[in-house]
Amino acid sequence: MSAHAGPVHHAEAPKGWIRHYIFSVDHKIIGTQYILLGLSAVTIGMILSLIMRTHLVWPNAHIWGFANGIVSPEDYLRVVTMHGTLMVFFVLTTVPQSGFGNYFLPIQIGAPDMAFPRINMLSFWFTFLAMIVLLSSAFVPGGASISGWTSYAPLSAVGEVAGPGLGMGQTLWVVSIALFCGASLMSALNFLGTTIDLRAKGLSLMRMPLTVWGWFITACLALLAFGVLLAACVLLLLDRLAATSFFIPANLDVSGVLLHHGGGSPLLWQHLFWFFGHPEVYIAILPGMGIISHVLSTFSRKPVFGYKAMVYSLTAIGFLSFTVWGHHMFISGMNPFSALAFSIITLVIGVPSAIKTFNWLGTLWGGRIHFTAAMLFAIGFVSLFVTGGLSGIFLAQPALDLYLHDTYYVIGHFHLIMGVAAIFAMFAATYYWFPKMFGHHMSETLGKVHFWCTFVGVYCIFMPMHYLGYAGDPRRYASIESVNYLIPLHPVHYFISIAAFFTASAQLLFYWNFFWSIKHGKPAERNPWHGTTLEWSVSTPVPHDNFAGHYPTIYRGPYEYSVPGMRDDYVPQDLAPELVAKA
Amino acid sequence: MGSRKSNAGSAAPAVLLAIVILLLVGSTLYFHIAKTWWFPPAITPVGHEIDQQFFLTLVVTGIVFVLAQLALAWMVFKYRDHGQKAHFTRGNHALEVIWTTATLVIFVGLGALATHAWGQVHFGGVEPGALQVEVTGVQFTWTFRYPGPDGKFGKIVPADIDASVGNPLGLDPNDPAGKDDIVVPDLYVPVNQQIELMIRSQDVIHSFFVRELRIKQDAVPGLIVPIHFRVEQTGDYEITCNQLCGLGHYHMHAMMHVLSQADFEQWEKKQEAQNAQ
Repeated sequence: MSAHAGPVHHAEAPKGWIRHYIFSVDHKIIGTQYILLGLSAVTIGMILSLIMRTHLVWPNAHIWGFANGIVSPEDYLRVVTMHGTLMVFFVLTTVPQSGFGNYFLPIQIGAPDMAFPRINMLSFWFTFLAMIVLLSSAFVPGGASISGWTSYAPLSAVGEVAGPGLGMGQTLWVVSIALFCGASLMSALNFLGTTIDLRAKGLSLMRMPLTVWGWFITACLALLAFGVLLAACVLLLLDRLAATSFFIPANLDVSGVLLHHGGGSPLLWQHLFWFFGHPEVYIAILPGMGIISHVLSTFSRKPVFGYKAMVYSLTAIGFLSFTVWGHHMFISGMNPFSALAFSIITLVIGVPSAIKTFNWLGTLWGGRIHFTAAMLFAIGFVSLFVTGGLSGIFLAQPALDLYLHDTYYVIGHFHLIMGVAAIFAMFAATYYWFPKMFGHHMSETLGKVHFWCTFVGVYCIFMPMHYLGYAGDPRRYASIESVNYLIPLHPVHYFISIAAFFTASAQLLFYWNFFWSIKHGKPAERNPWHGTTLEWSVSTPVPHDNFAGHYPTIYRGPYEYSVPGMRDDYVPQDLAPELVAKA
Repeated sequence: MGSRKSNAGSAAPAVLLAIVILLLVGSTLYFHIAKTWWFPPAITPVGHEIDQQFFLTLVVTGIVFVLAQLALAWMVFKYRDHGQKAHFTRGNHALEVIWTTATLVIFVGLGALATHAWGQVHFGGVEPGALQVEVTGVQFTWTFRYPGPDGKFGKIVPADIDASVGNPLGLDPNDPAGKDDIVVPDLYVPVNQQIELMIRSQDVIHSFFVRELRIKQDAVPGLIVPIHFRVEQTGDYEITCNQLCGLGHYHMHAMMHVLSQADFEQWEKKQEAQNAQ
């Protein structure tokens, strides 16, 4: 196909180290850069979560880096804000989509690179700059923002008068997110253009791997959602710097100062933010859903159960995700009638999610399950997804949200389904694709120990948070001593903190396994898992143009495992029918 | 494929997974039945209705939770690789239709049942004779205002807000309706009478929450949001802030004292007498 000779792409890799590894236009290098950026972000984010857990149960513990070694209430909120922002934007949005998607989407569809390689590079460097700006906010006068990753106005809009970190720190937060929006918009266009235009001959939509479907639908969501957040960030920046009043109503008296603003609406920020924010949770999880379907099928040696239902449910989730944002605002003062509409649509979006779960179980059913580290994380994902999904049925009902909103129940819910489940998908993807990316296997034994510790650990952290929520423990409290009814909950908080330290320590196994195996792991053959999709047809390491000039033709669907009458229990997508060995 | 051979016949991961999932399901069931950390008793009629809806949802999702987790553990155990051939199937249309319809009916059904309790909180009109109290959130305290004997709230002038001279709400000194307003740092309400709270904020968003009322409502600057309830028993209940409002968010705390009618009238008289001085 003519599309295979893009104007930027050359068959030869650039020679210079900087052009090759730093300012690269190769989607594989850029994907790896995103993954390493996400790995740095998740490391910082995890350390911040340990600081939170330490401060809550040992408030007098000395922690390096804080004034006098003590975490003040405003420090706690800075840590909360930075943790949430790093994890949501620079880990959950970045790694599954921009990281693994960049690396494997072109390969899985038979393309030499993304449609716009230079824009791809620009997207990465925008993201990199956004993270530098965010982290730098911790070092400006007043420190980093304390307004949480949701940055509700007017707290985030009126400046330093409302508290420390709300001056320069908050401004940098807004700038960072605006840059991130720009990067995500460019990246989304690139993913859409690539998937639509650069598919190999014979790769019809209904033959695409579910990973590709996940990245494609996610790109649609990102294109429609990040534009709204970008607009919201621009308005917030104007409120902060140009004395406008988009989000600030009249007559605010903050810290004894009467502000000269008027006419704005704090709820406008919430509507714009959550119009982005709810699709965002699906931006974080849809690529993971694709990866999990892919891995479950490979290691069950079975086609994905209900492939079409999987595609339709992904699409349904994508569409519905733009119509449920109001469920974040049941207690916001929004018109209570609209809460009913948002509630019912939210419960309806549970249906395609349930369809996916049933089909994952259907994929395991009757299979021949290989317990690789990747497969264990995929099985763990299904368990976490069920647990985290069901608590959503409570929160979707406004009458129950009246109590549970902004308690630890919500923290437990979204960490399980959006945070940990997505992280499990990233781990599954890492153990699964590492041999193709680096030409060496990760240690399966270490990988399995890592899985068991992490699986048990995350349940020990996040299940008890539901019980804290039942008891009415509010989130974002810098102290568990300040309210009388919180006192009986101390044992739960101690348990969570200890589980957090245990789980974080288990991640050291992963770091070691990852970096050691890049050079020293067992050498990987071309198709170690006997997979069917195109990434297992290309050689290892993957050639600069992915297919070394021989572009594939696709003859069949993506998950032809254990097809009756065949010699092998897998038939690659690009194997010509006359070459398929019969039993 | 090396890992395939080494895994063939090994039941260890499947058994381990079954143990972890059984522990998860067992502990979850235990803590929900023993109610080790639980809601305090509800003190309003609508609170009881919300608790019933919660219980119904808990039973339905609990059944799904137990069945789904056990199915996962069982399948992983049963279909572990012990040399068998995988059963080839691409799916089952009838099953897709059945489980899609079933989840739709269950999820939307729960949502439909829950609308009544929500309506009780937000749609039901306020009875005549309800006691109105204005609730104002400000970093990091709650302030409660009663209209006093004239039944009218006085005008608020934002420029007059000055807590240091005892006028934290900015009551207009020239408005006679405000002269008898009672302004206090804790909420006092009579038992068995309908109360209407008018929730507002002076600076950023706060959220008024009393666990026993089962009601949470954001205090949004620029809006006055009404909520109403009737408390069935006397007692002292904690009011917390549930929306991040700044560095003192965690200690933004007040009390709700529910008094008998007689005690409440006495308290009101005492406040009025103090105002008159």
